[in-house]
Amino acid sequence: MERIPILKMGDYLLVTIQVDMHDRLAMALQDDLTGRIVSARSKGVLIDISALEIVDSFIGRMLGDIAAMSRVLDAETVVVGMRPAVAITLVELGLSLSGVRTALNVERGMELLRRRIVDQARTDGSTA
Amino acid sequence: MLIDLLESDEPAILQRWMEHHLSAGSYRPDRISRAELQEHSTQFLSALRRALASGTADIYGADWAAVRHVLDALSASRAEQGFSPSETAMFVFSLKEPLFERLRRQHANDAAKLADGAWEMNGILDKLGLYTAEVFQRGRDAIISRQQQEVLELSTPVVTLWDGILALPLIGTLDSARTQVVMETLLQRIVDSGAAIAIIDITGVPTVDTLTAQHLLKTVAAARLMGADCIISGIRPQIAQTIVHLGVELGSVVTKATLADAFRIALQRTGLAVQKQHGPPRKKLVEPDTASEGNEA
Repeated sequence: MERIPILKMGDYLLVTIQVDMHDRLAMALQDDLTGRIVSARSKGVLIDISALEIVDSFIGRMLGDIAAMSRVLDAETVVVGMRPAVAITLVELGLSLSGVRTALNVERGMELLRRRIVDQARTDGSTA
Repeated sequence: MLIDLLESDEPAILQRWMEHHLSAGSYRPDRISRAELQEHSTQFLSALRRALASGTADIYGADWAAVRHVLDALSASRAEQGFSPSETAMFVFSLKEPLFERLRRQHANDAAKLADGAWEMNGILDKLGLYTAEVFQRGRDAIISRQQQEVLELSTPVVTLWDGILALPLIGTLDSARTQVVMETLLQRIVDSGAAIAIIDITGVPTVDTLTAQHLLKTVAAARLMGADCIISGIRPQIAQTIVHLGVELGSVVTKATLADAFRIALQRTGLAVQKQHGPPRKKLVEPDTASEGNEA
């Protein structure tokens, strides 16, 4: 069965969705990603969906779920590179993914993750 | 029967018809010249004669293509000249009187033939008249939809205020169709320019109702999904009151009273600031290269 590769880059995990998502693939990604967050002790997840042309409510909800699961596991999720048509579709479906952080491209997304983690480290340090 | 009339008497019928055109109340010398009218009438009559000679009565058939072509051109030019639909259709209907006169003269002693001739003429001219009105209406519709499209395109400019800061000044009522265009243009521009902040200015939006607010919120949500923040500016006092009275929840959307305030916030977020220059401002504008030399000195 085909799977979406999850790349580890330092403290972060990088997921690039290059194929059309179907439901089984999405469920497999959810399983793999949560497993990897724990095993790699990652602080951030970056999901690049710039190649994704079609979304439905299931995929939309899955993105929200992944973000929520990662937060439970203490990792920040950033979704990057959403196409205009995909954004309009999600909004029309009523899925504004309010719990997910977004960025325009991978570069900005990485910057966002790095800043978040620096901020977090600072607040953790001050409370300790 | 009708064809006999036309073949024997075409110039006389044309002359009577022209007289009829000129004396009728619908004649507009300010919009259409006599020569043009004469040309249209001549073309129509000769096309009608040829179509009748073919023997078919189906005005949508191939034999009637020339007649339809004349009427198409006529309707199109009259739609542009500002004629009303009935004035345009009267062009065809007014042919009835001269034709009927001829028929009556020809069949003065035969009521049955007169009735047949009148019936045939009525049937054909009514169909042609309705066809003219239809084409006229279609021409008008085409003009209206083209103008609508133009207005739609003109009214959704996305301007770049600074590197990474876009502004979208909205003017006029926001309906669903317009919101769709606004949303698509804005999102495409965000992708093209890589902007992180978009300011939606609604100074030119006359009223905000729940639907408009929902459209705005959708646009903001879509831009956020793509990774750009939106600021809504240009909210007039009345609109602020309406929004609260309607119970519209703007949520976490940043709103500002003026575009200037929104721009200041946008600059702040991108790490920029506008600063006053030291020293008194220059009295006179100087050439760009001399100015730069002056600064270096």
